[in-house]
Amino acid sequence: MNGESLIQKVVITNPQGFHMRPMAAFAQLAARFDSSVKVSREGQSVNGKSILDLMLLAAAQGTELTLEVAGPDAPSALDALVKLLKSPAEEESSDPSI
Amino acid sequence: MRMSDFVVRDAVIPELPATNKEGVIRAMVESLRAAGQFRGADLEDIIRAILKREFLGSTGIGRGVAIPHTKHNSVERLIGTVAISNKGIAFDSLDGEPVHVFVLLISPQDRPGDHLRALENVSRSLRDDNFVRALRSSTTREEILALLDRAEH
Repeated sequence: MNGESLIQKVVITNPQGFHMRPMAAFAQLAARFDSSVKVSREGQSVNGKSILDLMLLAAAQGTELTLEVAGPDAPSALDALVKLLKSPAEEESSDPSI
Repeated sequence: MRMSDFVVRDAVIPELPATNKEGVIRAMVESLRAAGQFRGADLEDIIRAILKREFLGSTGIGRGVAIPHTKHNSVERLIGTVAISNKGIAFDSLDGEPVHVFVLLISPQDRPGDHLRALENVSRSLRDDNFVRALRSSTTREEILALLDRAEH
């Protein structure tokens, strides 16, 4: 693997947890980068480019996830993915059915 | 939590007659209603909520699988059902492929953890290609239920 390997921890703040919509956004964003993206929770590590993998994390609000990004575009990938995880989803609070 | 804990056995659909996204969701929610899982009066509201969620982004996650879902006060615990389409149905999936295996979830408003654990469980089962293949080729409710019962890890 070329380039750097970067690690950052992120705590899930969304009251609904890391649910399917943010997972889809995360996996799609991660897939745009050449770097590999691993997301871990308490030692369980999954491929951040796969929604099916991210579903395994079952990360409720307050869960700490560790992102590990390795490859040529690791810095920009990590920056974008952390930003996505920390940004609150717009529709979230207004419509409880979704 | 295991898939058989929340899949309503009587609501499983072995061969969907539907031809589009709304038809799939309608058939699955109707099947849960017919199994007595919520009041008939809530039917249309639940269908609308699930379609609204799909509008924000398809729950067709690729590999021929979709997980339409909503939170709704008509249920007191998380319930779900499974439906199969042998020929596949266009669902605006992330990979553009038709969907063959549907898992629909309805969870209470205030239980996000249960919803996340159900997703985890669905993933554990559906990541197994042999399991998905067997589901897709099932032609009876009994076959599907037998697969779900066996798929506990």
